[in-house]
Amino acid sequence: MPDQPRVALFVTCLVDLFRPSVGLAAVELLEAAGCRVEVPEPQVCCGQPAFNSGDRATTEAIARQFIPALEPYDFVVAPSGSCAGMLRTHLPELFDSDPAWKARATALAGRCHELVSFLVDVVGFEGLPARLEARATYHDSCSGLRELGIKAQPRKLLAGVAGLELVEMGRPEVCCGFGGTFCVKYPEISTRMVDDKLADAEATGAELLLAGDLGCLLNMAGRAARQGSRLAVRHVAEVLAGKLEEPPIAAPREKG
Amino acid sequence: MEPTSLTFRERAAAALEDPVLRTALRRLESGWQQGRARAAAALPEFEALRDAGVAIKDHVLAHLDLYLEIFERRFTEAGGVVHWARDAAEARAIALEICRKAGAKTVTKSKSMVAEEIGLNAFLEANGLRVVETDLGEYIVQLAGEVPSHLVGPAVHMTRERIAELFARHHGGPPKQESAELVAEARRILRERYLEAEVGITGANFLVAETGSIVTVTNEGNAELTQGLPRVHLVITGIEKVVPTVEDAFTLLRLLARSATGQEFSGYTTFLTGPARPDERDGPRKMHLILLDNGRSAMVGGPFREMLRCIRCGACMNHCPVYLAAGGHAYGWVYVGPMGSVLTPQFAGLERTWTLPTASTFCGRCQEVCPVRIPLPKLMRLWREEAHRRHLPPPVARYGLAAWAFLARRPALYRLATRLAIAGLGLLGRRRGRFSRLPLAAGWTASRDLPAPAGVTFHRLWKARRRNHA
Repeated sequence: MPDQPRVALFVTCLVDLFRPSVGLAAVELLEAAGCRVEVPEPQVCCGQPAFNSGDRATTEAIARQFIPALEPYDFVVAPSGSCAGMLRTHLPELFDSDPAWKARATALAGRCHELVSFLVDVVGFEGLPARLEARATYHDSCSGLRELGIKAQPRKLLAGVAGLELVEMGRPEVCCGFGGTFCVKYPEISTRMVDDKLADAEATGAELLLAGDLGCLLNMAGRAARQGSRLAVRHVAEVLAGKLEEPPIAAPREKG
Repeated sequence: MEPTSLTFRERAAAALEDPVLRTALRRLESGWQQGRARAAAALPEFEALRDAGVAIKDHVLAHLDLYLEIFERRFTEAGGVVHWARDAAEARAIALEICRKAGAKTVTKSKSMVAEEIGLNAFLEANGLRVVETDLGEYIVQLAGEVPSHLVGPAVHMTRERIAELFARHHGGPPKQESAELVAEARRILRERYLEAEVGITGANFLVAETGSIVTVTNEGNAELTQGLPRVHLVITGIEKVVPTVEDAFTLLRLLARSATGQEFSGYTTFLTGPARPDERDGPRKMHLILLDNGRSAMVGGPFREMLRCIRCGACMNHCPVYLAAGGHAYGWVYVGPMGSVLTPQFAGLERTWTLPTASTFCGRCQEVCPVRIPLPKLMRLWREEAHRRHLPPPVARYGLAAWAFLARRPALYRLATRLAIAGLGLLGRRRGRFSRLPLAAGWTASRDLPAPAGVTFHRLWKARRRNHA
């Protein structure tokens, strides 16, 4: 590995639009881990909304757009298990009938990682001296868990955050009901799933619910806010970087 | 059976409000889900066994014609008669013909999903036969005039009270209180039917090519009585059920019970080779087998080939958060849960069922627990692609996707549009940090608040940072 690997941050569309603080936290963590971070311009989205809606042509067109921009880097890192899963697992599948692009996609896919697993597994990062007095619980987002095997890595880094007590849910690996467009296509089922998830989280006695995927976090935070739950919801990168100036997701930004 | 899968959402929403179903599905989750976990953990070679199961099934699918011909030869040598059925209508006609030739008035039946797939009961009944289900769950579902809601437990959606009431209505007498009493009552009634029936119909979990045997698995012993007591035994199953050897069948049997119910082995497993020999007093005089294609041979050469590995254990539905919320009947056809969302469009047509593959968060638990590692999310995605090609999703979904795609393919325009939209939303949501209602977001805000964006996109912040550092 190069002394100072060049990392392209794949910021993800949801972080870009809803929660830029997660992107800034990711940059901070990557730089602290000795990486040179850049954000290549033509990136918009990994293509999941089209891919999971069955629109192969659009998915492929989007991929052809960002692949050349990401190729020059040693690594591509995304603060999301599902976007990283899209890049790492599904990108090569898109080009089964185009050998030249398939080779490029395959080569790139092998260098794509989810943020926390990259920090722990690839660069051996030990964590920043972060501090947070809180009792927290961690939701294992499905794509990160089952496509990329992310389970121990966030827990390892969270264990290094001074003052943070991590308590496990009864069923941290059960889906929160987000599922991309699933949550608006099947709102009744999705709501039941997120209610079960929040009940599990609340039963731990934690006041902070963490995860590594903004889609799941928006879903859980949005439902928690609607129910008047006392759970604060945050992306794990914000806690690991000690970047807590932004109020928790769906919490008021101004007093008033 | 006409699929009602297009109303999945409405039926699932109703199911969520049904307290009886909630209790039943919770029991399923705590019982069979944990049962599988215990059984898998207790067997050190469980993962290797799964790999072996995949290898057996893949090998058979690569040489399906060969093994079917070997099986047919051995089955025939053992005294059975093989009938090939291209589709459901052919299979039904052959079954009726066999029943008529046997002079049957009453037919007993042990659980067969293939019989459900071809709508056999309704067809035989319409032709004047009395069909009696002998699997307790199927019998209950039949009395209620319903269809199975689970692959392994057809009546998982029913409570004891409901069953007691059904039995009292159909059998007479006061409603029973205890499960044991209900079982004894069903057993007493079914014993008479076994003896009356001229034909017994079963499915088959496996067909063994090297011996020409059929293998049935139950926990009630009803398949043994169904196939052993009437003069004629009729087996109906799909062509993908063949395995090369007895040893292969045992490998898959070890996976099946553990994955289905968490048992090490099912209560009754029978290898049956041919009808009664001339010098034997027990057993059927004649044995027929209908081998159903119904689209399976086309699947062998297509993108859904991996689905033919399925051994019908039900683990995918036992672990599916969507199935556990919606229940089996919401799926609107014979096969339910994730395996049903892949198979139903194949058998009942995508036009009438395209919603099923969309009813998944792609959480991946089904694939994680599938004993033969079927990539169910990938196969559901393939159906979504086919539905998209055929313009089956409603216009609002298609235009929404197209509008998003238009922007996503033009990064500069996307940046400008999102910058403005996010600035506006950020300003509006600043005080509360969330929206309870927002135009075009009703699907989200019906039950959730929408967290307000920060108001500045990451890309703007990043540019500003670059300028400051430069």
